[in-house]
Amino acid sequence: MIITNIDYVPDKKIVEHYGIVMGSTVRAKHIGKDFIASLKNIVGGEIRGYTELLNEARKQAVERMVMQAKQLGANAIINVRFATSSITQGAAELYVYGTAVKVE
Amino acid sequence: MSQFLITIVFIACAYFIGNLIENRHYSYIKEREKRFLNLPTVTTKDLPLAEEEIYEARLVYGSVVISVDYFKRILAGLRNIFGGEVSSYETLLDRGRREAILRMKESAKDAIGIVNLRLETSSIGQLANKRGSIGSVEILAYGTAIIPKRK
Repeated sequence: MIITNIDYVPDKKIVEHYGIVMGSTVRAKHIGKDFIASLKNIVGGEIRGYTELLNEARKQAVERMVMQAKQLGANAIINVRFATSSITQGAAELYVYGTAVKVE
Repeated sequence: MSQFLITIVFIACAYFIGNLIENRHYSYIKEREKRFLNLPTVTTKDLPLAEEEIYEARLVYGSVVISVDYFKRILAGLRNIFGGEVSSYETLLDRGRREAILRMKESAKDAIGIVNLRLETSSIGQLANKRGSIGSVEILAYGTAIIPKRK
């Protein structure tokens, strides 16, 4: 599966469009890591626990999108966009969407 | 009285440790940025490519969750009263963006360039939904790595 965030695939011709595909996930971290994060809020700096959490979640969202595209019979997703929103305290929604296409 | 002293010591600690972490982070960022000087990263959708070569495209991304220290948060709170530029948050976002872009570049092995770079900022964490406070911010950088295919 080729995934890009530009509207073409280099050196390949798009032969069919399948429309929008998307994947999303909502994640929360357990209390222990939230506690460490609140300590980190005092001195500042990177909060590794949250970075890992969001990376894992983003990977899952991409996987869901890819699965949807495979069901449609596509072999590439173009124009992919990411969005993040925090819906309640300590939980974040990660959303990824793009256009499924078939290339030569 | 003693409670007041504890607060002062607490803020001073936050100030010194926060500054230390920030300076160390900046020097680490600068060191790594030098390594990627010859990897063009653009926000446009195309890059001048050689015609005879065949290229592959891959989505790459890097992200970081970063937080500001307690002292700077107080400074920013004071700033909110008088208005104006909040420089303590500017360095936070600057550090975060540069770190996210570096992580994205590190994940783009043997690419000749990254096109259509996009940056995304969102405020997350426990303080995220409280009014007037920035808890921690997540910065995501993503783009398409152009990789020459080996023949």
